[in-house]
Amino acid sequence: MFHWRWDFVWQILPDLLRATENTLLASVIGYAIALVLGLVFALAQRTPWQGLTWAVREAVEFIRSTPLVLQIFFVFYVFPQFGIRLSPWISGMMAIGLHYASYLSEVYRAGLDGVPRGQWEACRALNLSTGRTYFRIIIPQALPIALPGMGNYLVGIFKDTPMLSVIGVAELMHTANAIGSEYYRYLEPYTMVGLIFLAISLPTAAGLRWLEAAVRRALGMTK
Amino acid sequence: MSDQSYPLELTDSDIPMVRFANVTKNYGPLTVLDSLDLDIAPHEMVSIIGPSGSGKTTVLRMLMTLETINDGVIYVDGQPLTHMPRNGKLVPADESHMRKQRMNVGMVFQHFNLFPHMTALENCMEAPVQVLGLSKAEARERSVELLKMVGLEDKMGQHPARLSGGQQQRVAIARALAMRPKVMLLDEVTSALDPEVIGEVLNVIRYLNSEYQLTMLMVTHQMGFAKEISDRVCFFYAGKIAEQGSPEKLFGDPQNERTKQFLHAVLEAT
Repeated sequence: MFHWRWDFVWQILPDLLRATENTLLASVIGYAIALVLGLVFALAQRTPWQGLTWAVREAVEFIRSTPLVLQIFFVFYVFPQFGIRLSPWISGMMAIGLHYASYLSEVYRAGLDGVPRGQWEACRALNLSTGRTYFRIIIPQALPIALPGMGNYLVGIFKDTPMLSVIGVAELMHTANAIGSEYYRYLEPYTMVGLIFLAISLPTAAGLRWLEAAVRRALGMTK
Repeated sequence: MSDQSYPLELTDSDIPMVRFANVTKNYGPLTVLDSLDLDIAPHEMVSIIGPSGSGKTTVLRMLMTLETINDGVIYVDGQPLTHMPRNGKLVPADESHMRKQRMNVGMVFQHFNLFPHMTALENCMEAPVQVLGLSKAEARERSVELLKMVGLEDKMGQHPARLSGGQQQRVAIARALAMRPKVMLLDEVTSALDPEVIGEVLNVIRYLNSEYQLTMLMVTHQMGFAKEISDRVCFFYAGKIAEQGSPEKLFGDPQNERTKQFLHAVLEAT
């Protein structure tokens, strides 16, 4: 039987904490890409050009219907055959950013659809341009609707970063694996990884709930 | 568009502020407005009454370019709104032509449609700043004056959710006026209001009618108000003007059988 060894925990903790920095960095970069690209996907589906709408919708559907880990492998191992050679970090960020952009575009879409039609009509009656209609009137109202979904996917990305270990990004899971195979002890590294994820996820979720309330307040939408 | 040719602009000696020339609107197989011809003179106050589904709200929505039209041309201040001249002919207007012509028209909606994330003052300032390019100070001055006029100077910093329906509608009127339109469209502006606040909104409209040089087109179910304030009342039935005339004539001595039935039913209910 294994028993828990605190001295081993203290020994590996510095390595795990350093890897945590990479995990957080990957989450933040991946999420930033997904936030921007997702908005592009969502708005592209609302243009008058039928062909573009169709192409983006199909692409989003395709990305959502295939596993993230496959997409990571694809970018890292298959792209080089077409002459596109990317580092593990770049490949991973591309795959995660694209994958979550397709999810976020659906969240944005639901948010935009949730804004009453009368708001669009008021913008037209006041002669606001399309850009100003979106950025000053519609998106600020879609935000409180979309925010809970957006928050879920931030936590989702964070929890999916271990998939980057398969292409050698030195995040938490990758480091824990390396420790395990070096010392033949897996209990402490994996348990610590789980605890570190919990220690970050739980406060983040709480923070997001607070943010949702704060945004509603700032937009004057408290009832 | 039919073979009939429409003038590129109106050059009559007394140009109407609004002209509907043979305007037809279909929703699929359903004809909502059937070859409508209607002129509205500058500074005229015209009320549109009629049963629901008679096309009366559609008249306003077409004039605000919220709906496209299937036939005919709408002119505002002598210029085509729904069309634009190209090579000596009228072709359907593009977005930039419509944006230019739409400046003449303002609209107040049944459900207010205020921007919920902005205060009353910000609601009024938004379009003057973003569309007319006014400085914030100029837009603020203009908006404050209008909010005072509608009696809401102490509510300027409130968001719509904190205002009563009557107050929200008065903000919406101020917001539309801030763009200084020549034509003001009022679409059942008291229908969504509690009875006790209808009066405060009607008072604002009375004031507009007496103090502003506006052309107004009002769809309403308030027969007493239409009778009191209008220069002319149009009774719509099945996508056509079944009867129109002065309020005294239309309410006092209606000629059309449909008008008589409608007025009888409406007056019965109140």
